[in-house]
Amino acid sequence: MTESVLEVDGLTVEFPTEDGTVRAVRGVGYRLERGEALGIVGESGSGKSVTALAVMGLLPATARVRGSVRFEGEELLGLSDARLSDVRGKGIAMIFQDPMTSLNPVHPVGYQIAETLLRHNPDLKARGARARAVDLLGTVGIPSPERRVDAYPHEMSGGMRQRVVIAIAMANDPDVIIADEPTTALDVTVQAQVLDALETARAETGAALVLITHDLGVVAGHTDRVAVMYAGRMVETGSVEDIFYTPRMPYTLGLLGSLPRLDREEARLTPITGSPPSLLHLPPGCPFAPRCPLRRDACDGAEPPLRPAGGDGHLSACHFSEELVGTGAGEVFEAAGADSAALARFAEAAPVNTPEEDAV
Amino acid sequence: MSAPAQVADALSPLPGHGGTGEPVLQVRDLVKHFPVMSHGVVRRRVGDVHAVCGVSFDLHENETLGLVGESGSGKTTISRTVLGLESATSGQVRYRGRELTELSRRRMRPLRRELQIVFQDPYASLDPRISVHEIVAEPLRIHGRYGPGADDEVRELLRLVGLNPEHGNRYAHEFSGGQRQRIGIARALALRPRVVVLDEPVSALDVSIQAGILNLLMDLQSELGLSFLFVAHDLSVMRHVADRVAVMYLGRLVEIAPARQLFARPAHPYTQALVSAIPLPDPRKERARTRITVQGDVPSPVRPPSGCRFRTRCPKFAGQLTVSERAACVEEVPALVDRGGGNPVACHYAESVELL
Repeated sequence: MTESVLEVDGLTVEFPTEDGTVRAVRGVGYRLERGEALGIVGESGSGKSVTALAVMGLLPATARVRGSVRFEGEELLGLSDARLSDVRGKGIAMIFQDPMTSLNPVHPVGYQIAETLLRHNPDLKARGARARAVDLLGTVGIPSPERRVDAYPHEMSGGMRQRVVIAIAMANDPDVIIADEPTTALDVTVQAQVLDALETARAETGAALVLITHDLGVVAGHTDRVAVMYAGRMVETGSVEDIFYTPRMPYTLGLLGSLPRLDREEARLTPITGSPPSLLHLPPGCPFAPRCPLRRDACDGAEPPLRPAGGDGHLSACHFSEELVGTGAGEVFEAAGADSAALARFAEAAPVNTPEEDAV
Repeated sequence: MSAPAQVADALSPLPGHGGTGEPVLQVRDLVKHFPVMSHGVVRRRVGDVHAVCGVSFDLHENETLGLVGESGSGKTTISRTVLGLESATSGQVRYRGRELTELSRRRMRPLRRELQIVFQDPYASLDPRISVHEIVAEPLRIHGRYGPGADDEVRELLRLVGLNPEHGNRYAHEFSGGQRQRIGIARALALRPRVVVLDEPVSALDVSIQAGILNLLMDLQSELGLSFLFVAHDLSVMRHVADRVAVMYLGRLVEIAPARQLFARPAHPYTQALVSAIPLPDPRKERARTRITVQGDVPSPVRPPSGCRFRTRCPKFAGQLTVSERAACVEEVPALVDRGGGNPVACHYAESVELL
């Protein structure tokens, strides 16, 4: 077995607010092997971004963070900001969703890449840093990098800015790259280019990747293992094949069933009814129970922990995960749409409209 | 630029593919330019954003026509111009034989009952100061149809779209994104329209919620015989809902075909690049795919490239064409005509490719 570069254990994040405590992350743990790509998927508010920010020590001071984050054996939680700055960029680099806000608008992009290089390489001279910046821009696929190195972020398109951010992330040869929705703001053809740049960055640095996204297609193509998050917890983890072909958590199955597919025709999608619970007032028991078609009384008792389900390293947080063996989303979830009785009444009622023009 | 008659025929659905009878909506040579003004004290017009350039299509009864394209392709501008929310620079929009672009606001008004829209952002498109009941009742009031029994009608509309009619006295902020989009749909249905423009109706929603809205829209269409002009950037959604799909690039239509055909055998290099760029949520398939990738970004619509607007990013132009073949791409705007593949394609060198 290879050693883990990043180990997250029992991570919890709480935000005190006027209305009470928001429990954004509730006991998340994962191990990232060297060079491995882990996808973290989940919908808005599932805690996937907050988890990443907690690992990087980038949460506001009001956040209460507990648990353990070890990078190459060293505990990061509780480290001083100065000490963390040595790890950020060099050990763990981060790519954010919006390249307009993660780049500094008042400096050319080359300066910003050089800044990262100089921070971690005191022997490097400005001229050398600039040359390396040009190299990096070329590596991530920016045309005529020797000219672009002096451009400001606003002179670049969204896709190009995100490639600059990737260049900064790979500048110091990190061991881990955390990418938080790196392509969400981009058009699909540009998304493909940026994902290629990200793959190049991984190949060049050998870094492990934590890819946080809501796009299951991106996860399918770029990760080895996947963790599914719901209401601040991991509810299923496994190899990318486990998750996509034999999901053992009703939520994962529901997500896959709600996806329209480009590669096949499905008569009907199976949405998950209801919406995720408020993280202010979590009900006891399984947080997915209110939306789950398999729900029964046991689900309202103890919150199910992650337990082995099927293949090697495949874990699911569901009391009844074995019931999902060999089923599809269509058999578990209902293909709900319009209220059929109300729709029939509405269709029957004589149309009030006669397209008469108002008298002029 | 006037489209020849056979082009108009080709824009109608092929036999056996969704939509029947006469087109309810006919768009011909639609052009929309937005002025670009200079900065400074005296603001002069220094150019135009060529948002929509000579777009023609038909929408038939009970049909969903999908309009796809990336940011800046002009798809939203088309949807707004069709409804008269933007005035067209030139071109025609005919609804059941009546020309809409020349109608006064007053003459347009009764027609608005039949042409409705659902907006993208369910947070910005609902009035936060009035109750949901009032939001859905508003179109009825405006068109003088809020008579006795209208309260029940509103409750029925809420029930129809999957909301609890008891919640009519709540405000929009008390609902989730998916529920708000249902409110927007109920409002659009209130006047019993025939044509509904759906402008990115699910792109702000999480997938598990999005699926419910798509099912709802498809139920409404099959039961009420509505025609949908469905604007979206998500090709997977398009494949699921649309009978025919029109692909836009930088203000121009580049390909239009029945959905099944468009995804099975795209003929325009841009359509191929789009289909190719969508990640499939299937690890084995996704890793085994061959990809057609494009370089660079969409050029500025203020100074679009001459000839074919896609040529600056076109993998075919860059990699396969000879210098003499390229001349046509640079000099000649490719017409949207059937080039032997069975559907109209605006590429001089169109060639169907199987990608999925």
